[in-house]
Amino acid sequence: MNTRVVALVDCNNFYASCERVFNPALRGKPLVVLSNNDGCVVARSQEAKALGIKMAQPWFQCQHLVKPHGLIAMSSNYALYADMSRRVMSILAGFTPDQEVYSIDESFLAFTDKPGANHQQLGLKIREKVLNWTGLPVCVGFAPTKTLAKLANHWAKTRIEFSGACDYAALPADQRLALLKATPVNEVWGVGRRLTEKLVEMGIHSVADLQAADPAWLGRRFSVVLERTVEELRGVSCLELEDVAPPKKQIMTSRSFGWPVTELSELREAMAAYTTRAAEKLWAEGQLAGEVHVFIRTSPFKQDAPQYSAALRLRLPEPTDDTLRLVKASRFLLRQLYRPGFEYQKAGILLSELQPATLRQGQLFDTTDTSRRDKLMTVMDRLNREMGRDTLFLAGSGIDRAWRMRQGNRSPRYTTHWAEIPVAVA
Amino acid sequence: MPERLVPLVAQLASSKFGQGLPPGAWALDDHGQPMALPFFSTPVRAGFPSPAEDHQEDRLDLNSHLVRHPEATYYLRAKGNSMTGAGIQDGDLLMVDRAIEAKPGMIVVAAVDNEFTVKVLEATSDGLCLAPANPDFPKIILKDAQELTLWGVVINVIHPVLPRG
Repeated sequence: MNTRVVALVDCNNFYASCERVFNPALRGKPLVVLSNNDGCVVARSQEAKALGIKMAQPWFQCQHLVKPHGLIAMSSNYALYADMSRRVMSILAGFTPDQEVYSIDESFLAFTDKPGANHQQLGLKIREKVLNWTGLPVCVGFAPTKTLAKLANHWAKTRIEFSGACDYAALPADQRLALLKATPVNEVWGVGRRLTEKLVEMGIHSVADLQAADPAWLGRRFSVVLERTVEELRGVSCLELEDVAPPKKQIMTSRSFGWPVTELSELREAMAAYTTRAAEKLWAEGQLAGEVHVFIRTSPFKQDAPQYSAALRLRLPEPTDDTLRLVKASRFLLRQLYRPGFEYQKAGILLSELQPATLRQGQLFDTTDTSRRDKLMTVMDRLNREMGRDTLFLAGSGIDRAWRMRQGNRSPRYTTHWAEIPVAVA
Repeated sequence: MPERLVPLVAQLASSKFGQGLPPGAWALDDHGQPMALPFFSTPVRAGFPSPAEDHQEDRLDLNSHLVRHPEATYYLRAKGNSMTGAGIQDGDLLMVDRAIEAKPGMIVVAAVDNEFTVKVLEATSDGLCLAPANPDFPKIILKDAQELTLWGVVINVIHPVLPRG
């Protein structure tokens, strides 16, 4: 049997790097990208990290850095990030047929391990090609297992001596041990904050400590997941590359409002829009939803204002992907949840109990003309995709959209809209 | 409806499935009243296949003709008149390929002083410089503090000749 080597390719500061490709003025400056509604930091350039800005930090806590340090904040531009991600993933697919796209900016690749192969060299080649073709910097980690490849990628990213590509198996034994000892256990893939606390209590501080622990015992004490993680750290592959991402178990659409919303009518418009968005995702996944959850809440940052937060769930008579039916359900739930006298700051919808649309119970003599309805929804979905969001929307979503999220500083959609392509001075 | 199917349809329609159907195809029941009929949405294929079917080819596609590296191809809008001698007019669409290594003589997009510019890449004794294709414009010779970042190579110019509208 051929042995296999796994690579994890990860884009550095992905959203911030995408912004810089098309706006040279952002290069070398501290830059953050903000979440929907410009609420908190979702990406930081190296310079912004150096200022001490943390991931997910609320923007109002960073604003004082604008004047003295020239910190720049961009609103998120998901159309751009999605297209750049597609380019990167497609370039990576050219290196091996065995690819698992793990997230918008990460991909696993698997290669047959030939004796004497220089993986660091291959990593540098991958890095150079992605940088040339897209302008995006990436780091590459190679190892016999996915968990170790994640770790090697972390070293490639944080240790300049690797120049962005690190092969775990090729590291000299003493250097490898030193790195394992110097890396805290929470850097291991799948080891979260709470698990880290428990492991540290048991004296497991570094990755080296975890690697030396007994996987079977940890499996009994914690979970089979942790047991597998430790096996993987020891070079025993337990996690295969998944060709296709497993279908989502839940679909969530929630946003913060641009300003406090008090009226039920405004909430209802927002909810109809979120539900339409959630239904689009459902369509894209080819799924039907069996349950609808709706939540609304006031701002937890405004401690002096009266607080309210509530959620409700409705089981649908039959699973559906019909936007009209889902909007009806979410509107019903919202009416139950709404209490006047509060300043609502966020609302959302969650679709759960998902099942593939192909499993829809065939109703030979269904009274509703589903084919016509399917057609209507397909047209709506397609128009919104091709002509831009909200070309066509349910009238319940409201035409004014006072609650629309704040996106003060979104860059142009450089690669997906003709009217927004970059300009070159001739 | 062919006569031989009438008993079958009538039987189907009188079963519980026949209730509550939308109007559409209908027939009369035993009492001469209109009754709902089931509707089957399976398409029925009719006619002969086209003799040209085996010879069908994809229509000419500009994307596959012009774009060599789809993942590395970007579009930019030219603004200004410094490149008219190279066939680039104000407002033209530039097809830019980042996968091609820029060499002297090629038309490139470069980032200079925080903006993109399109010029001819030229080799001089002092290194690379960016030359316009219009005598009214000066060459961009980089000063010490200026940094030249080559962004991509222009592979095609799209110039509309019929005004929009």
